[in-house]
Amino acid sequence: MSALLSVRDLRVGFATEGGLLQAVDGVSFDLAAGEVLAIVGESGSGKSVTAQTILGLTRSPNARIEGSARLDETDLLAADDETMRTTRGDRVAMVFQDPMTSFNPVYRIGAQIGEAIRAHRRDVSRKEARERAVELLDSVGISDAARRVDSYPHEFSGGMRQRAMIAMALALEPEVLIADEPTTALDVTVQAQILQLIEQLNRERGLATILITHDLGVVAETADRVLVMYAGRVVEEGTLEEIFYDPQHPYTWGLLGSLTRLDRERPERLPQIGGAPPSLLDLPAGCSFRPRCSYAFDRCGELPSLDARLPDAPGHLDRCWLDLETKRERRPT
Amino acid sequence: MGRFIVRRLIGMVAVLFAVSVLTFLIFNVIPSSDPAQRMAGKAATPRLVASINEEWGFDDPLPQQYLTMMKKVFSGDLISYFGQEDVDERIVEGIPATFSLCLGAAVIWMFFGILFGYLSAIRSGGLLDRALTIVAVTGISMPVPVLAAFFLTYLTYKTEIFPSGGFVEFGESPLEWAEHLILPWVTLAILYVGFYSRVLRSNMLDAMDEDYVRTARAKGLSEHRVMTRHVLRNSLVPIVTLFGLDVGALLGGAIVVEGIFSLNGIGQYAFEALKNQDLPPIMAIVLFGAFFIVLFNTLVDIAYAFLDPRVKLGESAQ
Repeated sequence: MSALLSVRDLRVGFATEGGLLQAVDGVSFDLAAGEVLAIVGESGSGKSVTAQTILGLTRSPNARIEGSARLDETDLLAADDETMRTTRGDRVAMVFQDPMTSFNPVYRIGAQIGEAIRAHRRDVSRKEARERAVELLDSVGISDAARRVDSYPHEFSGGMRQRAMIAMALALEPEVLIADEPTTALDVTVQAQILQLIEQLNRERGLATILITHDLGVVAETADRVLVMYAGRVVEEGTLEEIFYDPQHPYTWGLLGSLTRLDRERPERLPQIGGAPPSLLDLPAGCSFRPRCSYAFDRCGELPSLDARLPDAPGHLDRCWLDLETKRERRPT
Repeated sequence: MGRFIVRRLIGMVAVLFAVSVLTFLIFNVIPSSDPAQRMAGKAATPRLVASINEEWGFDDPLPQQYLTMMKKVFSGDLISYFGQEDVDERIVEGIPATFSLCLGAAVIWMFFGILFGYLSAIRSGGLLDRALTIVAVTGISMPVPVLAAFFLTYLTYKTEIFPSGGFVEFGESPLEWAEHLILPWVTLAILYVGFYSRVLRSNMLDAMDEDYVRTARAKGLSEHRVMTRHVLRNSLVPIVTLFGLDVGALLGGAIVVEGIFSLNGIGQYAFEALKNQDLPPIMAIVLFGAFFIVLFNTLVDIAYAFLDPRVKLGESAQ
């Protein structure tokens, strides 16, 4: 599979009063057409900044952005503002976390979808854009779309708004869809519906999808490949099976351990990862996870590189000094 | 909508009633305001004072006096204590000058307030923003008489570009009307330009952090469109509120500016009446002003429902 989107050594820093905040530090990945890549991590792990930087949404005088993000031949990090504008929405679309606040409250849903279409297709009339909006709303499962197209965002429920958001993202048939915590603000039954919708669109349209989430349950349902991020760095990368059945990094173990499982006896308390993520302004030397890691040893004072450490899985990368035997022996199952 | 308007009308009557009672009471409790004594003049005999009291009804109980006065206000028979002129007639005479001043100034301050606020916000932190901030803060802190004196010195007495004051009816000569009003307009508008541009700037900076603005960018809108259609549009709602309240308040008379430029409008009449402690014109002007304030409050609420679809008239907030 050749990559549609290829991110190489992405670094994003923000100048703050407390110094340079390195939000993303050396992230690389490839995304092929039709693939769902999940980026997993806690708040502040850099997953959203990574996604927004690809779209040029983090550009500002205070931002230091390095590396490359090639979409076919275009490097989105180096592209000028007009190239980015025409790329956003048309080739790479984004769905955000909170559907309650992501629509402008003063315009009708249909008008906002139409605005996205007409921003890229100047020859489309208002009327045609509206008709297209009806089709789109219908295709994401909003019933009575012909009437609902004239509703205001506050007249939609959270799930409907997220559907409408996805409809808007699909308006121009983009090649890449970035979904930033698309289900976090929704209740569980609606979450499942939205994930099904994303999966279905991904399968039907061959849409390359980046799914950003902190919820491994969401990942298990949809992803092909998983990138685990911690404090701005990728700590583990592999296929869905590799991450779930042969996780290599203690942080991933912690994430997996904190999932509730219906097929096991219920523990007294849900396991959690002790401590809190480090401040990005004051990262510990070496492995950033070291202070919270119960397997840390001397060598962890030195930052491990992201390498393939498994002989039989060259695509499975991790950043941990523990040797394979120790890992398999000591990790919780 | 119908119910909303009926409820607002009832509220309006209640407010005007309260305002009139308060004005009446204040006038009757302040010292040295005995109108009969003052109308009789310096060489007043007790008999003259008594006959004035008799004739004008100053001996009646206060509620009776209040009712008589209110009847006269609304029937147009109100006569001032000093000079004995028809009060309603004087107010009507003052309307063209006052309205010309306020509405003209309002157009100027809205235009420049929005323009400066917008430019400040999209260039926030830059040189233009700093320059406009200085202009705005100067405008807000400059006392109107100082500003007027400055204009009159440099644009009237030294260079004779503009007339020093007076009011010419629009129907008489639109050109002279405008020529006479330019300095009063600018003098009155500058404070509001400063104030509105600051409010709009901070509203826009807040709006720029909203999720829907990020969505607007993510769908590939041009920066200009993001700023005008999303950031500016949503930031204008509070500006409309301010505008309604300010215009409503000014239509009751702009005392200082009218006085300095001798526009002979309602504000100037109010000043005269207050100086003379002349209750009938004070009462009429206060009611006139209060009417516009209440009216514009209602208009602002109606405008809100058009500007923000989440607002439904006549329903309490959820």
